[in-house]
Amino acid sequence: MHSVALHHVDWVILAVYVVFVLGIGWVLKRYMKTSTDFFLSGRSIPAWIAALAFVSANLGANEVMGMAASGAKYGMMTCHFYWLGAVAAMVFVGVFMMPFYYGSKARSVPEYLKLRFDEKTRGFNALSFAVMTVFQSGISMAVLASLMETVLDWPFTVSLWVSAVVVLVYIFLGGLTSAIYNEVLQFFLIVLGFLPLVLLGLADVGWWDGLVAKLNAVATSEGYKAGAWTSVWANMDATANNPMHVEWVGMVLGLGFVLAFGYWCTDFLVVQRAMAAESMSAARRVPVLATIPKILIPAIVIVPGMIALVAKPHAGVFDLKQDSPETIAGAKLAAPRWGLVPPKLEEVTQDVGGLPTKVKQFKRDAQGNLERDYNKTVPMLLIQYFPTGLLGLGLTALMASFMSGMAGNVTAFNTVWTYDIYQSYIAPNRSDQHYLWMGRMATVFGVVISIGTAYVAARFDNIMDFIQLVFGFVNAPLFATFLLGMFWKRATGHGAFFGLLAGTGASALHTAITGPTGHWLAQVQKYGSDMAQNFWMAIFSWTTCFVVTIVVSLATTQKKPDEELRGLVYSLTPRTGGDEHLAWYARPGYLAVIMLAVTIVLNVIFW
Amino acid sequence: MLDIRIPMGVMFTVLGVILSGYGLVPNAELYARHSLGINMNLWWGLVLLAFGLAMLWLARRAKTVSGTVFGETVSGHEKHSPENGS
Repeated sequence: MHSVALHHVDWVILAVYVVFVLGIGWVLKRYMKTSTDFFLSGRSIPAWIAALAFVSANLGANEVMGMAASGAKYGMMTCHFYWLGAVAAMVFVGVFMMPFYYGSKARSVPEYLKLRFDEKTRGFNALSFAVMTVFQSGISMAVLASLMETVLDWPFTVSLWVSAVVVLVYIFLGGLTSAIYNEVLQFFLIVLGFLPLVLLGLADVGWWDGLVAKLNAVATSEGYKAGAWTSVWANMDATANNPMHVEWVGMVLGLGFVLAFGYWCTDFLVVQRAMAAESMSAARRVPVLATIPKILIPAIVIVPGMIALVAKPHAGVFDLKQDSPETIAGAKLAAPRWGLVPPKLEEVTQDVGGLPTKVKQFKRDAQGNLERDYNKTVPMLLIQYFPTGLLGLGLTALMASFMSGMAGNVTAFNTVWTYDIYQSYIAPNRSDQHYLWMGRMATVFGVVISIGTAYVAARFDNIMDFIQLVFGFVNAPLFATFLLGMFWKRATGHGAFFGLLAGTGASALHTAITGPTGHWLAQVQKYGSDMAQNFWMAIFSWTTCFVVTIVVSLATTQKKPDEELRGLVYSLTPRTGGDEHLAWYARPGYLAVIMLAVTIVLNVIFW
Repeated sequence: MLDIRIPMGVMFTVLGVILSGYGLVPNAELYARHSLGINMNLWWGLVLLAFGLAMLWLARRAKTVSGTVFGETVSGHEKHSPENGS
């Protein structure tokens, strides 16, 4: 792999970015007077800022690198994550769920569960969410550090600690507000950093028509119909017809419904940014406004991946310097067929002259074919198309995306820890200043735990697949709980708790008895890909939770009287007005309908 | 409270100046090798510069006109009143 030398200008660009994000944290420090300021930005953020933060917190390392990798591996079908999954869920949470999140005055998602259900449901969610969110943070960091090691020869450890410390400092100083403001900055930096990549890449492959033609050639050479990489729906009639090995039922229910709604509607990382909004009307608008940048992001993350699969490597890009003799010969083999996606390398211990030595060689699958390392898609694109100067900008944009994702996780963690675990179970009835202090401490140890988790996460290969796996375990059942909680007043605490337990158990069981991942107990069914397995796990998990919650709720008594549930359940909450004075395009309901229509049009265009 | 458009505007202006400044130094071989012969440093540097200035202009306009995007109020700390639910 070609190792890149960075020049002064690249470092200067990175330094400018770091100075600004730290500076913003520093300036905001004086506004952090109460715990509400620190954890919830005092509920005073304007809608457009919260909306950009909403998208940006989600646009972390996993998105940018993972979507490009998936774009190369699966093609346009990757857009389903945006055009099928995200938009409908975001619209739903904004229009239908924010009234309960915001109106209930809950300070976090687990706190809503306590108000609506009971303490044990809150505890289960708080603990599982806290663990999951530091895991996600660790994954983001592992991606960053691997990238820096590949591209810059920086030791994994150094990159990890450097990026972690920057995020730690600006959140420690300025709390959620600092995270949100930096996320807005990071959003624009990501877009402006990656747009030149898309433009240059498209120019290189013959623009859109050229890209489609080249991808069709790949599809037919791999044994699929021509459109397998470039159609969003057309090849989803059967699992064998597309490289993702998913058909439309699994996709619509698994990704479109369960996973997407599970994430956007219940994950505190994003919900927190809507809860920080300055009014109920703003809070409802935030997720809906966020759909506007969301539907455009595939252009800057997925399209580069598709380009990488078919672009002709420029001279010197595949310039291997490793010791293994196989790599020199292999380099000529790898490059032309796979564009910019390099073959996977592994380290094995071989007997060289009597001494066991670590040797790098190409990883081969069961048939002896070389495997592709999709995670390296983004660094390879940067090396190919970005000259010194622009390269600094591209790398800084990547750093920005990693930091925005990580900041999302850290702020969600420190809030859930302080309010839902520490204040609820460890030290209740202390002063507000004490909890503010605890929030800062939680920021520190949250980051430290993430660093540890990063070492664990560095083991897995296609990162997106892994993320979905972790999400599914915890998120899939959760959405069923919220749906029933918000729209069915008969749902009880016992029902919710046992439903969640059963759902999470179902996720684990499904993974234990099916492949290709897991199958620790047996392999009753082998799905065509990790993603297909995930989508179906989500479906089974959600259904289990839904059914168990209903059954147990009907079997137990509802302990909360109607007055207590007012503002928490749809049927007991008066319809809120409050947005009649706004222009038509700013009202959440109207905007939601418009965005849904636009999304449908996109699905049709790229059918 | 800080108007985020100001630090953003300044940062992108600075980055734009740096990048386009670097692009003014002739280096045809570099651009031939990477960006298809186009001096992307110069052009994209100008794009960043324009974006930064646009941000600063929007911030300035918001201050003088006291206009807002989407009719929300200019953000302040103490805005706890019953009808906006906080």
